[in-house]
Amino acid sequence: MESLALTSVTFCEVDFGIHNYKDFSFFGHQVYITSTHIAIGIVMAIILIFAIAANIAIRRADPEKAPTGFLNVVEFMVQAIDNMAEGGMGAEHGGRYANYLGSLFMFLVVSNLSGLLGLRPPTADYGTTFALAIITFVLIHYAGFKYQKLKHITSLFDPILLSPINIIGEIATPISMSLRLFGNILSGTVLMGLIYGLIPKILTIAWPGVLHIYFDIFSGCIQAYVFVMLTMVFISQNFETEE
Amino acid sequence: MVNITNEGLVLAGSAIGAGLAMIAGIGPGIGQGIAAGQGAAAVGRNPGAKGTIMSTMLLGQAVAETTGLYGFAVAIILLYANPLIGKLK
Repeated sequence: MESLALTSVTFCEVDFGIHNYKDFSFFGHQVYITSTHIAIGIVMAIILIFAIAANIAIRRADPEKAPTGFLNVVEFMVQAIDNMAEGGMGAEHGGRYANYLGSLFMFLVVSNLSGLLGLRPPTADYGTTFALAIITFVLIHYAGFKYQKLKHITSLFDPILLSPINIIGEIATPISMSLRLFGNILSGTVLMGLIYGLIPKILTIAWPGVLHIYFDIFSGCIQAYVFVMLTMVFISQNFETEE
Repeated sequence: MVNITNEGLVLAGSAIGAGLAMIAGIGPGIGQGIAAGQGAAAVGRNPGAKGTIMSTMLLGQAVAETTGLYGFAVAIILLYANPLIGKLK
């Protein structure tokens, strides 16, 4: 009787992996359309719809009147991102990088929050975070060559004995940045998957909501902010001309 | 002991290793706690600089978290992408 009662309660199956939906051959390599691609597509669609709506709202805006409603929200976001960039990189350079930082922040926030929509967050795939970190890596060294010229290379070999450590440190930057974001979001995804598998299906309607608030909303926003802040810090390290 | 296959032994060892790898979580916990405590003390001394203190604290905590995440990555690799199973043959 007891075991019958236990088996009649249905459990969700534990599932937090990446699924392959379609595979095809690409120059002899087997490539897959995974759940990450689909989630990125949905995230992109959300951002695109938001951007088009914001564009229409801005075009129709009356410059004589104070902004209201949706336009107010858009203005607040732009202002917040501008302030963040200028606070982190200085007024001189902040405006130049604000567009990259803003789009990075929007993508990270929406994709970290996409766990709330029942998607597997795209940032819980190492491919996504590593690609973002590579973009930041290129920007860091672009800024380095632009503002420090050849000194950017020679400073690596400054005490010649320390040069291996310096070079490894430069290479470790994108790896540790991407692993930080990936690990945080993946740990949330794994924990939520385990908890959904642990409790009976009927309880999953209400109870894990508290954990979604922590793992998806709090942790996701903090990690997006941290990634953008670290990007700013690493890029602005190259700005100061040597004494 | 006779009935344990080689794969079973490797999987059991990997599961124990994954659990041991997560001991790495102690360090970031202590570090983040210290950072948060110092941040609270700094806000108490200088409430006007709350925004700057908050962002500096979060950045430091995120960097301190890295070592714990390396342990987490090792645990996940041992559990779901086990490299040791392939060494059996």
